Amino acid sequence: MIKKEMIAMLLAGGQGSRLGVLTANVAKPAVAFGGKYRIIDFPLSNCINSGIDTVGVLTQYQPLRLNTHIGIGIPWDLDRNNGGVTVLPPYERSTNSEWYTGTANAIYQNLRYMENYNPEYVLILSGDHIYKMDYEVMLDFHKANQADVTIATMPVPIEEACRFGIVIADENKRIKEFEEKPEHPRSNLASMGIYIFSWKVLREALITMKDQNGCDFGKHIIPYCFENGMRLFAYEFNGYWKDVGTLASYWQANMELIDLIPEFNLYEEYWKIYTKSDTIEPQYVSPEGHVERCIVGEASEIYGRVSGSVIGSNVHIGHGSVVRDSIIMKDTYIGDNVTIDKSIVAENCRIGDGVVLGVGEEVENKLNAGIYSFGLVTIGEDSVLPDKVKVGKNTAISGVTEASDYPDGVLAGGESIIKAGDRG
Amino acid sequence: MKAVGIILAGGHNNRMKQLSKKRAIPAMPVGGSFRCIDFTLSNMTNSHIQTVAVLTQYNARSLNEHLSSSKWWDFGRKQGGLFLFTPTVTADNSDWYRGTADAIFQNIDYLKKRHEPYVIIANGDCVYKMDYNDLLEYHIAKKADITVACMEMPPEVDVGRYGVVRMNEDSRIVYFEEKPLMATSNTISTGIYVIRRRQLIEILEKSAEEGRFDFVADVVIRYKNVRRIYGYKMNNYWRNIASVEDYFQTNMDFLNPEVREYFFRQEPKVYSKVDDLPPAKYNQGSEVSNSLVSSGCIINGRVEDSVLFKKVFVGNNCVIRNSVILNDVYIGDNTHVENCIVESRETLKANTYYCGEDGVMIVTGNK
Repeated sequence: MIKKEMIAMLLAGGQGSRLGVLTANVAKPAVAFGGKYRIIDFPLSNCINSGIDTVGVLTQYQPLRLNTHIGIGIPWDLDRNNGGVTVLPPYERSTNSEWYTGTANAIYQNLRYMENYNPEYVLILSGDHIYKMDYEVMLDFHKANQADVTIATMPVPIEEACRFGIVIADENKRIKEFEEKPEHPRSNLASMGIYIFSWKVLREALITMKDQNGCDFGKHIIPYCFENGMRLFAYEFNGYWKDVGTLASYWQANMELIDLIPEFNLYEEYWKIYTKSDTIEPQYVSPEGHVERCIVGEASEIYGRVSGSVIGSNVHIGHGSVVRDSIIMKDTYIGDNVTIDKSIVAENCRIGDGVVLGVGEEVENKLNAGIYSFGLVTIGEDSVLPDKVKVGKNTAISGVTEASDYPDGVLAGGESIIKAGDRG
Repeated sequence: MKAVGIILAGGHNNRMKQLSKKRAIPAMPVGGSFRCIDFTLSNMTNSHIQTVAVLTQYNARSLNEHLSSSKWWDFGRKQGGLFLFTPTVTADNSDWYRGTADAIFQNIDYLKKRHEPYVIIANGDCVYKMDYNDLLEYHIAKKADITVACMEMPPEVDVGRYGVVRMNEDSRIVYFEEKPLMATSNTISTGIYVIRRRQLIEILEKSAEEGRFDFVADVVIRYKNVRRIYGYKMNNYWRNIASVEDYFQTNMDFLNPEVREYFFRQEPKVYSKVDDLPPAKYNQGSEVSNSLVSSGCIINGRVEDSVLFKKVFVGNNCVIRNSVILNDVYIGDNTHVENCIVESRETLKANTYYCGEDGVMIVTGNK
């Protein structure tokens, strides 16, 4: 019988609705990051770098991009005879078919997948964080403490602790208490949403809690284990870890990559990040082009001036255009004499000549002020912007737009254009 | 598919000077992220030739490493695949490959075991795109025994280092001379041939018996009056890398937007081994102009009219001008590099000066 010491279950089914138009057609783990990567590349690379060769990826929301990206796992060396990567979508059963209703429910529905590998430990991951972490070190900690559950935690500034799920541990790191977004935090150890369970404990908890509505690790499984006197430990992680759940944090995490020596360094030989690269050609900077404080993906052609930006693969930036403090994703074509400030332009967009993005004052977004904030212009994938339009701050555009969508050629700050339909 | 492929990747030429110390020509880096052999390999796979043998001999370590997995070119199928043939000692043979024909003859079992009716033979040291099916269709239409892909060179090019051909009005080759002192034509052989598999086996067995080992001299030229040998004219970009100057110029050609459009954007694409490098990074002070930059590069200085291969580091206040910098080169601060080819994995110390005064200078040996 096949036996794997530890297998990983990667939760990649979430929409990530706080990324707005960026996740209109793709699951959040498939959103591009850092020029050539997708968010899921980070946990997948962590798995193989930690020696975990069996990974179940649970998908649900808009999985096409994710499925094509993962394939049979070749880029991460996860194409294996035994184990490897398996995409696990929800499926129909003779009775009780349902979608994944919560994180733990999703794992519960895949008990048979896990049983196939007869593991001793199961690592639960989510597909929406940027970090490099050796899960094997965490497993050693789990074993040394004879723990039933180990929760990865990370010290955060105490004044920010109120935004996180906080764990309170004793001097041996055994967890004594939990606080969800506490007003007066008594600890600064925030849960990272990464768990190691001893398999028997996880199996028993999932089966016991199977009728819980929307069964969730943080809300149900962890409290269940805790209340039943199991040994829960807090593993403290001190490296770079970034939640890219909001447009502001997503933009910031990208911008941090262009620092002279970034805290999160993609250029180290050790702990490489792998991704599926379908573009391999070199990039070209023209005689009048200028690129400074940027990272730029393969096969991009730069005829304009770009600074402080993250540019994906196969991007064209036309003559006389200026791009500052922005994220431009792969296959996007930016015409001539375009000015782009502090914007996120998703994949395969077409920005017409003379367009100006990010002008004027910051005005609160009328569609959803919680999502489109921070002064950003956000343009969803496959969008088209006609020539010479001006777009203000805290705006969102998605779809093929025409000059008539812009009164007087302007999309004022705080406005949005969300159009359905495909580009012809 | 109707043909199997053979790529001749023997690859040594004294005119490559120090560059050939490290690797055979087919393994030379070209166009920022490719190796020379990628072009022929991609042509094979894009022409749906699924079974390809690469014959190597000279300094093949780097080439073997590049070809260690065939998945990048989409070979590695259940039917067919990529085969790497280096000379081996057997009970009845302990010779190196004594020539191109001998190289194929020593692996004649490869040809005998196949069932495809035709063989495409190509060199691994040329940069071009070609659908070999067009060549094959032409070959069949002409009822030829051997068809040679040919190029008309511009009049200013000295064709004395190529095989020079002349054809009659039916495109049958009536004259073929290797490296002529006095060329009587500007049409050259590109070293791409199509021939029926059984006929190739027969000719090679006969040549081996007679102690003839060279494909061009002992097969194509020797048989040109007794067999129907035809020329097929190619019109697209084609470069043969045989000297330092060719190599430098071929890389510089990629700064031309038409060449990039042709190789980088037009389908079918050219494939290569994927290296898992991060995107290129341009720090404060970087000034890049009319240059190609490959993944994994970190640039702090000035780069003009140059081709930077993968994982090149350019320090502060450097000036890199009209140069080709191969993979994994580290260039310290305040260094000047002009008209140079910098060999892969070199470390150029800070505050140093390299300039090719007449012609291209090869920078190597600075570890």
